[in-house]
Amino acid sequence: MTTSEAVAGGEPLRIKARRQINDRAIQQLFIMPTLVLLILWNVFPLFYSLFLSFTQYSHSGKAPPVWIGTGNFDALLNDPKIWAAFAVTGRYALLSVLSQTLIGFGLALLLRAKFKANGLLTTLILIPMMLSPVIVGMFWRLIFNPLMGIFNYMIGFWNPTTAPIWLKDHALISVVIVDVWMWSPFVMLLCLSGLKAIPDYIYEAAEIDRASPWRQFWRITLPHVAPLLLLAVLFRTIEAFKAFDLVMGLTGGGPGNVTETVSVALYRMVFQGQARTGMASALAYVVLIVIIAVSNVYIWYLNKMKEA
Amino acid sequence: MAEIELRQVAKKFGDLWAVKPMDLTIYDGEFVALLGPSGCGKTTTLRMISGLEAVTEGRIFINGKDVTWLSASQRDIAFVFQFFALYPQMTVRQNIAFPLESQGMKRAEINQRVAEVVKLLEIGHLLQRKPPALSGGDKQRVALARSLVRKPACFLMDEPLGALDAEFREVMRAEIKRLHLAQHATTVYVTHDQVEAMAMGDRIVVMSAAEVQQIGTPAQVYHDPANLFVANFIGSPGMNLVPGKYVGDEVHLRGGSVYPTPPAWRPTLAARWQRDDVIVGFRPEAAQVSETGAIRGMVYASDLHGSYTMLHVSLNGELRPNGNGEDTIVHIRARRDVHYVIGSLVRFDLNPEMVRFFDPESEKAIAKEVRG
Repeated sequence: MTTSEAVAGGEPLRIKARRQINDRAIQQLFIMPTLVLLILWNVFPLFYSLFLSFTQYSHSGKAPPVWIGTGNFDALLNDPKIWAAFAVTGRYALLSVLSQTLIGFGLALLLRAKFKANGLLTTLILIPMMLSPVIVGMFWRLIFNPLMGIFNYMIGFWNPTTAPIWLKDHALISVVIVDVWMWSPFVMLLCLSGLKAIPDYIYEAAEIDRASPWRQFWRITLPHVAPLLLLAVLFRTIEAFKAFDLVMGLTGGGPGNVTETVSVALYRMVFQGQARTGMASALAYVVLIVIIAVSNVYIWYLNKMKEA
Repeated sequence: MAEIELRQVAKKFGDLWAVKPMDLTIYDGEFVALLGPSGCGKTTTLRMISGLEAVTEGRIFINGKDVTWLSASQRDIAFVFQFFALYPQMTVRQNIAFPLESQGMKRAEINQRVAEVVKLLEIGHLLQRKPPALSGGDKQRVALARSLVRKPACFLMDEPLGALDAEFREVMRAEIKRLHLAQHATTVYVTHDQVEAMAMGDRIVVMSAAEVQQIGTPAQVYHDPANLFVANFIGSPGMNLVPGKYVGDEVHLRGGSVYPTPPAWRPTLAARWQRDDVIVGFRPEAAQVSETGAIRGMVYASDLHGSYTMLHVSLNGELRPNGNGEDTIVHIRARRDVHYVIGSLVRFDLNPEMVRFFDPESEKAIAKEVRG
């Protein structure tokens, strides 16, 4: 009896011991690759670029980074071209986010109604959002093309010789148009989910209370959707400040620097001839700080709205 | 203050009747309860009166004015929803003021009106709160205040207590009744709870399967149900309905008892009742337990209800449901101080004033002929 007990007691113990190692090890094995990649591609560059932003350094030269303190930041803030880039970005963000919000919300209001092809239409409208920005930039260049592009014909300019050359004459507006085309569906999607969450009986109560459709919109629909709408605006504003791929695909920042957003300016600073890596790192941090500041204003407002 | 009249009002969803053509007049200041099981069309009827639902047929008049094709906002009605339907983003005060502001009323008058209803419903302490932070009872108080503040011609309430806890329901039932008595406003009240309908309604409209079954005072629908549905639906338990054969001046009840019909009923039954089958109906309190009672049965179960004992009596003497749908278990009220042993024999008579007879085929009550 005693021996068999010892054996019986010893067997599961060994299995248990082996399992203990396995469980934790497997957990860590799964996490490790991601963690390593994150540190290599995200965390390290984050801190390395922070370091570089305080140095004079060019990745194309052989010289090691030289510490110059806030020299890069001083130079940036005194550079009218950088201010111009920020102005372009601001104009672009304002126009683009405002239009997307209005169009997206408008689409959501239309798609809220129950009709037959509702689901199909919603899916179709969402397609632009799913495309790659670089591809979108490429084919919109074709659409905007003054000779064979369809855009001018669609808006009524039938004579290519008198029609506007969009990417040259109205380059920033062109980029805004494409961004709005691409991202209004995103705003629509968020608004639609907010609209669908409003129960019918709230509107019935408003009808009983003799509220006009206009009043129902301002006092019921808008307050219900406002938090989601603001969230959409927040996302789109952050994206607009980082605008790069779409701009590069469409105009490459040109003509001249008309569509040179901060991100494009940054790109040009490092990769197009100049290779001012330290300066570019500093600019990247300036952009980061601006985005965090803008986001915080929104988030503060969003929280205030939720409390109220 | 208003009178509401429904003339042959009906509603069809596709091919399905939600409400079959019905006539109903609700008099000025009256409290009418629309009562019935879920899906019977009572809410649809209320929504048609309100204008939230369009009628398929018929016409609706409020104060003699044809409002059939007017929208809800044009009908001067207030509607209290089962789930309150308060505006969640507005404070209680803003909720109550909303219908007045929608009319473009002056601020001073709005303030005065709001103060009035707030005092009436005793919700002054809630004014700055928002609906999600309120209890169910308080939400419904605010919803009532919002409906009262406009002083509408009539009030339509769709199961206003349905979403409340039992405790709040009692309190709010009394409150709605008190408001009605104070305002004396025409009220149509939808409920599936017969106790609520009996307690609150001046008249009750009993509905089932899209049809009006009976319109009457609580006493009428309770004591003189128009048909088997009403007899069974009103009261808990409902009216006892025992099928039997009519022979001479006696009814041979299922289960074997022979019940001599009350003399007052004999001319009616003899003259107009040519067939031999009939259903005898009586309320539990119509039974009087006595040694010499004509109807006998076996005690199947007994529940003490405090002031009385409810006896479940099996008329065919079987203590187990026989499963063929021919169980004849009746509920009778007995004295609370007598202990009834399950399985023992019990005899009872029926109060002749409280016995009713039904036609098993049409399921309608047989009307007693009044001589003279």
